Amino acid sequence: MQGLRLITPVTMIVGAGLMAGLLTLAVAPFVQAQTSTQSDQARKAYEDHLRRMDEAEKAAAAKAAAPKSTPMASPPAMQKGAAPAPAAKPMMSASDQDAATERGLEQYRRMLKADPWDNPALLDSDRGEALWSAKKGPQNVSLAETCDLGKGVGKVDGAFAELPRYFDDADRVQDAETRALWCMERFQGFESAAFRKSPHPSGGQPVKDIGAIATFIANKSSGMKVASKTDHPKEKEAIALGEALFFRRQGPFDFSCATCHAESGKRIRLQPLPFLSEPKEAKQVVGEWPAYRVSSTHVMTMQHRLLDCYWQMRLHRLDFASDVSVALSAYLYDRARDGEIAAPGLKR
Amino acid sequence: MTKTVILVAACAAMMCGSASAQDAKVDPLQVDVMMKFAFSQAPKDWGGRTDQDETLKVCSAARNQPSSTQADAIMAREKAKIKYPEDGKLMGDWKKGEAVAQSGYGQRYTDYPPRSPNGGNCYACHQMTTAEVSYGTVGPSLLEYGKIRKFAEADTKAVYDKIYNAHAAFPCSLMPRFGSNNVLSIDQIKDLVALVMSPESPVNK
Repeated sequence: MQGLRLITPVTMIVGAGLMAGLLTLAVAPFVQAQTSTQSDQARKAYEDHLRRMDEAEKAAAAKAAAPKSTPMASPPAMQKGAAPAPAAKPMMSASDQDAATERGLEQYRRMLKADPWDNPALLDSDRGEALWSAKKGPQNVSLAETCDLGKGVGKVDGAFAELPRYFDDADRVQDAETRALWCMERFQGFESAAFRKSPHPSGGQPVKDIGAIATFIANKSSGMKVASKTDHPKEKEAIALGEALFFRRQGPFDFSCATCHAESGKRIRLQPLPFLSEPKEAKQVVGEWPAYRVSSTHVMTMQHRLLDCYWQMRLHRLDFASDVSVALSAYLYDRARDGEIAAPGLKR
Repeated sequence: MTKTVILVAACAAMMCGSASAQDAKVDPLQVDVMMKFAFSQAPKDWGGRTDQDETLKVCSAARNQPSSTQADAIMAREKAKIKYPEDGKLMGDWKKGEAVAQSGYGQRYTDYPPRSPNGGNCYACHQMTTAEVSYGTVGPSLLEYGKIRKFAEADTKAVYDKIYNAHAAFPCSLMPRFGSNNVLSIDQIKDLVALVMSPESPVNK
């Protein structure tokens, strides 16, 4: 068991943990159907998961005592509130439907977050580190020897926590992905037109190279606090523009970001919606991106996540590194200020 | 000494360390232009999707909390946009309405060319029947909506109006203007009205 975990930490645990998670999600809607079989199944799946977590913890303790092989990526910080919750009891009253559904969802979320090593996104973080260090492009240089993320050329530790920020050389506020693209164009000599046309993976495809690099950069600030820069007038401006964009209604459905994300405790279907203009809630979720998304089985970056929201709002593909995506990021990270970075996160 | 005092005062006023959006004034035109140029892959006939009509401009600026003057203007403007069925019948088939309420299909860039009619996706935000447990809570529950109102004709019309153009009754409502924005047809809206108001509908069982 311990040996297996060392050899294939991600595949094995994900296989078991996420399958159980998906089972619970599939079961959750039926909890209030009051068939004890179904809620028993959900509870059993969750208890099995807790047991596996206990075993994994013991294994980790044993491993700590033994000589260890250091992995390339560090696990995202353990989430607050990730402690196991008591399993849901079957609900007997129809008036408790919401509570029962919510409990099922909460179990699923906890299972997703319970063990940071479950996260397949760590593979992409490793890939991103390799890409960051490799000599590439027409200029045959690495980003590690050319790219300044704000803390000095090649310095990655803690850089993500201070993004987005204003960069003199680009004369623009840039987030991690925008900056990575800029460096690849400027220093490595890459032509970005083709990339900009299709910057994000389709369902099932791995995150593209810049996304992997962003995942690596984010992971190197994991455990730190969101501290995006607000000194430069353009940084302040980006945040203010992002706020205006957040509340701007448009498209055939008259939607804005605020349609779904400006109130606490709401859901779309069964999906809970964070109140993103409220710092308390923004702090809990914004620092988890880039995140592995179970429903699309790949890492989704913040740029991709924003595009996904505009897709849902019935607008077209949001341009990668556009002023809109950078300003919205600046606003969201400002809302999430002092929240913990736990990237890459793990999402439904 | 004076300098320090001024600095401290300036800091307090600007809430140093936490960037507040009030620090920078936003020109709405700049935001419009940003949106205009942020979707370069959109087909030409999508250009208008980033535009705002007067109602959306007011609601966006007011964060969906319009003043009473603004609210009156919105209600009057949006009410005038509501079109009614030629035969005057506001209720269609609740079974078809249920399908429209379930479907979230339509008008995303991945939905072209259209493979089925647009949906209303009512369940995304509203609880409607006890059978469908996967419902959202952004809008109020509509369970027994018609029954509670004794299936009154005036309420049937009000439901039609709300689906066609919610701002006519609730200025700056979060709900899409399904009729005015040509998301749903008049027949689809009639089917939804039946789903909400018909005594046979599972909404009212």
